[in-house]
Parts: sequence; structure tokens; C-alpha cells
Amino acid sequence: MNSTITQQRYTNGKPNLRRFHQARWDEEIIYELNRPGQRGLLVPEVEEGIEAEVGDILATLPPAMRREEPPALPEIAQPQVVRHYFRLSQENLGADLNIDVGQGTCTMKHSPKINERLIRSPQVTAVHPLQDESTTQGILELMYRFEQILKEISGMDRFSLQPAAGSAAIYTNVAIIRAYHAARGELDQRDEVITTIFSHPSNAACAKTAGFKVITLYPDENGYPDLEALKAAVSQRTAALLITNPEDIGVFNPHIEEFVRIVHEAGGLCSYDQANANGILGITRARDAGFDLCHFNLHKTFSTPHGCGGPAAGASGVSAELARFLPTPTVEFDGERYYLDHDRPDSIGKMSPFYGVTPNIVRAYAWVMALGADGLREVAETAVLNNNYLLHKMLQIPGISAPYAPGKRRIEQVRYSWQELYEETGVHSEELGIRAADFGLHYWTSHHPFVVPEPNTLEPTESYTKEDLDEYAAVLAHIAEEARSNPERVKTAPHNSTVHSIDHEPLDDPAQWAVTWRAYLRKHRIES
Amino acid sequence: MKKQGLIKLGLIVNPAAGLGGAVGLKGSDGPAIQAEARALGARPKAQARTREALQELLPLRETLELVTYPGEMGEDIARECGFAPLVIGSIQAGQTTGTDTQEAARAMSELSVSLILFAGGDGTARDIYEAVGPSTAVPVLGIPAGVKIHSAVYATHPRSAGELARLLLEGRISRFREAEVVDIDEAALRQGVVSANLYGYLKIPFHRRLVQNMKSGSPTGEQTALHAIAQQVIDQMQPGRMLILGPGTTTRAISDRLGLTKTLIGVDVLLDRELIAADANEQQLLALLDHHPAQIVITPIGGQGYLFGRGNQQISPAVIRRTGIENILVISTPQKIVTLGGRPFLVDSGDTAVDQLLAGYIRVITGYNEQVIYKVNFLALQHFS
Repeated sequence: MNSTITQQRYTNGKPNLRRFHQARWDEEIIYELNRPGQRGLLVPEVEEGIEAEVGDILATLPPAMRREEPPALPEIAQPQVVRHYFRLSQENLGADLNIDVGQGTCTMKHSPKINERLIRSPQVTAVHPLQDESTTQGILELMYRFEQILKEISGMDRFSLQPAAGSAAIYTNVAIIRAYHAARGELDQRDEVITTIFSHPSNAACAKTAGFKVITLYPDENGYPDLEALKAAVSQRTAALLITNPEDIGVFNPHIEEFVRIVHEAGGLCSYDQANANGILGITRARDAGFDLCHFNLHKTFSTPHGCGGPAAGASGVSAELARFLPTPTVEFDGERYYLDHDRPDSIGKMSPFYGVTPNIVRAYAWVMALGADGLREVAETAVLNNNYLLHKMLQIPGISAPYAPGKRRIEQVRYSWQELYEETGVHSEELGIRAADFGLHYWTSHHPFVVPEPNTLEPTESYTKEDLDEYAAVLAHIAEEARSNPERVKTAPHNSTVHSIDHEPLDDPAQWAVTWRAYLRKHRIES
Repeated sequence: MKKQGLIKLGLIVNPAAGLGGAVGLKGSDGPAIQAEARALGARPKAQARTREALQELLPLRETLELVTYPGEMGEDIARECGFAPLVIGSIQAGQTTGTDTQEAARAMSELSVSLILFAGGDGTARDIYEAVGPSTAVPVLGIPAGVKIHSAVYATHPRSAGELARLLLEGRISRFREAEVVDIDEAALRQGVVSANLYGYLKIPFHRRLVQNMKSGSPTGEQTALHAIAQQVIDQMQPGRMLILGPGTTTRAISDRLGLTKTLIGVDVLLDRELIAADANEQQLLALLDHHPAQIVITPIGGQGYLFGRGNQQISPAVIRRTGIENILVISTPQKIVTLGGRPFLVDSGDTAVDQLLAGYIRVITGYNEQVIYKVNFLALQHFS
């Protein structure tokens, strides 16, 4: 063939469908690779001099805490372990491998690789949180500076970087709300938290975990959060409003200031879920909208890797009035040195050990500093532009719609519906998403709560080019057409991928769940 | 040729289903109305809807024994779709009635079919219920084809009905749920009077993907929600205060949790954790209200989201007034609210003043310490105008 790959990939400047086939290794579970006696790493024996000095350190463990038998871990040599995980990675459509716009609500963006070098530097890996502060001034300064940046982005007065995840940040904020009402002697009376059905479900979950009743609002006729329902919901029992905006369907609440005013008038606090602030960086600020608290997910908006690619990290921001309740310790600066303030009598206490997921704080700080203030705004503008470009392309595909607020533009993501295509062809949204894997793409099931019929949530962040979005839309257009011309091809997909078809029905049966290898052996009566 | 060991599926088509709707007759019950509808140029939709459902079953054509009734009651459309059905019974072509539907369902039940798939509306569902209900032995599933679809035994779309049937026959569904059979008196409706009854419950197959409401992370879903709702209601019971429990599986969960028996399609009254009246009528409720304060616990009935006026007319405007609007507890699983697709709850108690008091926004108990604020309308006839 004389044509170049590039010529094969495009027709008239438009991307052709990718000729893709994924690896399939038929690889065992790591426990099945157990070969007794194999070792990946031999730990050196303790030198005699050291042993003479410290004695048998294990003898200090209380007998009740000691295992009688060593744990049944697989015994495998290093090359076999490396090969195993490389094979598994080839059976994945990871964030670095595909045009990852199909995990709507997750804000999948590029995590700059240089930031991985930074967090592997000894300045990060060799510090211990119990070191004397005089020896950790650098990392404390970085945390302090990052707090100043988040204050500027949100308009809030103080931040805690301690929450180790987005939901931990929401829980931090709910705990602060609880402490605020308790301090005013109103906690017994104020036991209700209001949220909306398209706010992230962690808001309802955290409020309940903290002991509040949860009142959920449904959208009005136009698909926006229902202001009249809010008026019916607020009372002297209202502790707070926990609301995500833009909502997880990509709609921005046009009445958000009114929501805040109504809740404040009833004596409640307002907490803004900005886990995904990707469409509003440098454009709107939580404090300017009147909110008392907000939170960010560093692993969404601030580029740190997530979804098995790295740990999560949250950041909780509050107004000056609520700052005394923040988790302990806070990072402070007295003009000469940085230090941790543990003397916070009104604090809600600790949300996690020490003071945050340090590598993620370093990554996020590096990301923000590389972009600058103008760059952050450009991130939001590009993400919103990308989303509305993809919205335009998607709505050209027969059989798809964007329910709620019809005809309006969206912020950073859209929850589409394939209901019309399903009624015409019998092909489900889930099956379309799986068929996409045959072209090296996918879309996932991040449509909670499942209110939109045949849902498909797409979130093209600033990381993707017009060409990427064209390819993604072209694949979905092809699959939608295929649902009409050859539905069996779609329903039996994937054909070029690792796993061919999974029966989801057992997911509803706890009796079949096996979350550990031992549970698997026991529940399925397999001889080990 | 006798086919041995094949999976058996019963198919019943009510050929008149949907006839009345297109010409504004509110329903198709009875030969006179059907004749009138035909005279007005109506075309029944049942065959086309059944064809859509059968498309989903084509992959099973070779392994399935399709048992059906003659001609327009299933045989014709089955053959058209390429099936070789086992045809039982006999009909008078062009003059079938609900009795034929009932006889067909009974015969199929005796043949131990795995599922009776039927196309029709609320009237057809009632006939199926008459024949095989309230027994939970044979699962059924409705292909929506009628003018009135208040009953929850129908899939939301003909294709969903076909797919649910296929998944069940392939052994990929092992769970079932009880679904309501609700019907409105058509003759009364044509006079402008809505009179609805909850006839009972039939067993339908359940699959996670065809129920739009599965929240990830709560896979045990509806059953868990029912337990949570019941506990919430029980926790706020007070000594000396009655609980007037409306019909339905949601309210039954409260009785279940207290170890009591619930009249599924009737109104029961509890006092101090004991059952003091089963299947009570309006007069009995009013008499009890002379002696005790009460709370009314109701759940939306059928696919239309009616709080009052459908299947719970015993809880009359007089009973509601005596109990007090503020003592009404609405309970619902989140799933049931989601299936309304954003449509408000409806009230049609028979007393406009009471309906107006209920209209607006109402708190709905959807779990333990979980509520939803949901809109209530009182335009009872909005779906028929």
C-alpha cells in the first residue's frame, strides 16, 4: 500500500474510524500466579551490630496483634509481576490511551507528566510529617501558597487541604455546618439538609452520614432546580443547602443567588459543591454567589490523576465566620516561618492523618503555577467551548437528545439520552458505549442517579482537540447508524476488545459478591 | 411436529386494544364502543405494538414454543413475524371479548408457560388478573397497546416488553416484582366521572437495565428502600394515634415490618402496633376517627402517580378532612418517583376544595431520613382531555 497511515486515517480532512484491536492476554488473577518459594525482593538480613543495639523489634508487638500464620499472599518473582501488570494495562482503555471524554462528571483531563517527576523528587518523597517544622519549611510554604490560590479562585477566606477525597471534603463541610449550628445552640432544631437530584450524590450521602435528614428537590418544568420546591422545603429545621452547580447534567442554575438568599433567610448555611469547577475557573466564585462553604477536587479540576491513576484529594473552603471550625492543623505563616497550628479549640478535629495528600497538593500547585490566572480562565473557556462543540456534533446524530433546559447551551458536560434510538432500534445506551470500545474509545456509566432514560454523560475537558472530538463524535454517529442497519453487531459488541460481554445481573445479588480472593474461593466453592 | 423440552411463552393480543383512543372515546371496553370506534375510522394498535415486541424475541425463534390464541388474538402476528406458534382455543373472528382473553390466560397457565406476554390496556390487564391472579404462579408482562395504561404490569415500551421477555426466557432474569392492575370505569368516565379501582397485583419480571432507576451503589435498590421507609414511618408512630394505611406494596412494607398482615388492595388501620381494621370502608374509617386521631399513609398508585382518587376512594374527602391535611404521610420509593419522568403527582379525591389544599408541593418519605419535595396537581382529567 502506498498511502501513509495519515492518509488512511482521514477522508477529506475528517477522521476515519480507527482500525483498532485490543490485546487479550487471558491472564490469571495474581493469586492464581502464586508459586510458593518465588520471591520478588529479598530483604537484607539485619546486621549484627544493629540487632545487638535494638534487639528483636517484633517482640514489642502485643501477642494479640501477631498473626499465627503468615498472610496467604501470592509468591511471585519480579519479572512475572511486571509482566502481569503490563498485560493488564494493555487490556485497559486508560486515560493516557483513549480520548477520555466518556467519563462524564469525572473531569478526565491530561495530567502533565512533568508533575510526576516533581512528586518523585526527594523533597517530596523523603520528608516525613513528623519531622520538625524547621526542616519542612518548603513543603509547608507550598501548602500555604496553594491555600492562597484557592482562596483567590473561590473568594473564600480559609481552606483546609486535609480531606483525602472529594467526598471527604463534602463531609468536612457538613461537619463544619453541624459544628456551626451546635455552637449557636440550634443543632437540635436544624436537622434538615436540602439538595437537588442532580447535585452529586455524595452531598446527600455525607449529610446523612453526619446525622442530617436529606430533602431532595426535583427539577422544574424547564429542567432547572425548582425554586418553588426550595421555598416549600426551607423552614426553621433547615441546616444547610448542599448544591452542585453546574449540576451533573451540565446545566447552570440561573437562580443560584436566589437559592442562597432563601436558605440564608431561613437561617441555613449554603455549601457549594465545586468538585468539578472546570467550567467556571476565573469566571464565577462561590463566595461571590453568597456561599458560606465550598470544596474542590484536586483530582478533577486541578489535573491530578485519578480513576486508579492516583490518590484523590479534596480542599474545603469556608468564610471567615466558619474558619474556626476547620480541621486541625491549619498551615500558618507568621511573616518569618511556616508552621502547623494545632491549637484550634473549635475545630471539628481531624479529617485524615497529618495534613493532606501531599503529592496531589504538589501536582495541583505546579499545574496552577504553570497556567497562571489567565490560564485558569482559559481552561474553563476551552472546556466549555469543547463541550458545546461536542453538543452541537452529537445533536446532529439522529436518535439522541439533551434533556432538561432544551435548546440551551451547557457548561462543561452534557447528560444525553438515547431513548429515541432505543425505541427505534432496541439498542441500549450501555450497548453503544461498549461498541465504542471496538474503536478504542468508550463511555462509562457515570449517570447517577439514573433518572435520564438511556443516558450518556460526556465531558470533554480542555485537554482534547477539535480533531479528538470529531473522532469521538464520528464513532458515536457510526454506532448509532449501525444500531439501525445492524443492531446485532452492536448488541454483541465488543468484537475487538479484551472482555466480550459481562452479565450484570449478579451485581444485584450480594450472595455472589466476592471482594477478596478468599471470599471468591469460599463463595464459589473452588478448591484452592 | 411436537416440540419437546422447549421454553414456552404464552402470547395474547387483545385485538381491540387502543381502538377507542384515537377517536376520543377514552377506552375500548365492550363491543358497542368498539363498533362505534371502527365506524369513526379507528385502527387498533395492538398488532403493530405486538410486532415491535416480537422483534426482540426473534433470536429465540428456534428454541421457543410460542403458545397463542387463533387469528387476531396472536396467531396472525406471530406467523407474520416468522414464528410457528402452537395455537390453542377458538374464537369468533372480529368479535372477541374479554372472556376470550381470560380463557386464553387460563389455558396458558395450565400449560405451564414461563410467561404470558399480552398486548392491551387496563381492561386487558384486568382480564388477565381475573384469569391468573392473585396467584403468583405464572409471571405476566403487558405490551402497552391500550388507551388507558394506569396499570404497572405494562412495560414502558413494546420493545422493553419484548426484551424483558427474552431475558426471562434466556434465564438471565430470576427476579420478579408485584405490579398493580388498575382500571377506570370507562362508561362513568365518558359521563365525566372518574371511578378507578385497584384490582390487584400480578407478578412481572424485573431487570436492572429496564428499570431506569438503579442508583449505582445501592444495588439492592427497591427492597432496601421499602424497609427504610417502613422503619421511618414506624419510628414516628405515637401511642393512641391510628395509622390509616392505603393500598399498595409500599404501605404493605410497614405492616410486614410490624409482623402484621396487610390487605394489599384495601385500607387497613393500625393502632398501637396492632391491626384494628382490615379492608376498612369509608364509614368504618369515619367511625374510628370519632375515637382516635390518625395519620393517613398513602403511596402513589399506578403509573400515573395518583395520591387520592385511584384505588383508595375509601379514604374519602370526609376522611381526609377529619384526619387533617397535615397528617397525611406520602411514602414512595425513589424508583417510583423516577418512573413518573418528571410528571407531578395527581389528586382527584372527588372534592375540589380538598384537592386544592393538597395541590402544590408535598414532602414524600423516600427512605430513612430521606425525603423528596414533589409537585402535586389536581387536574384530574388532564390525561383524558
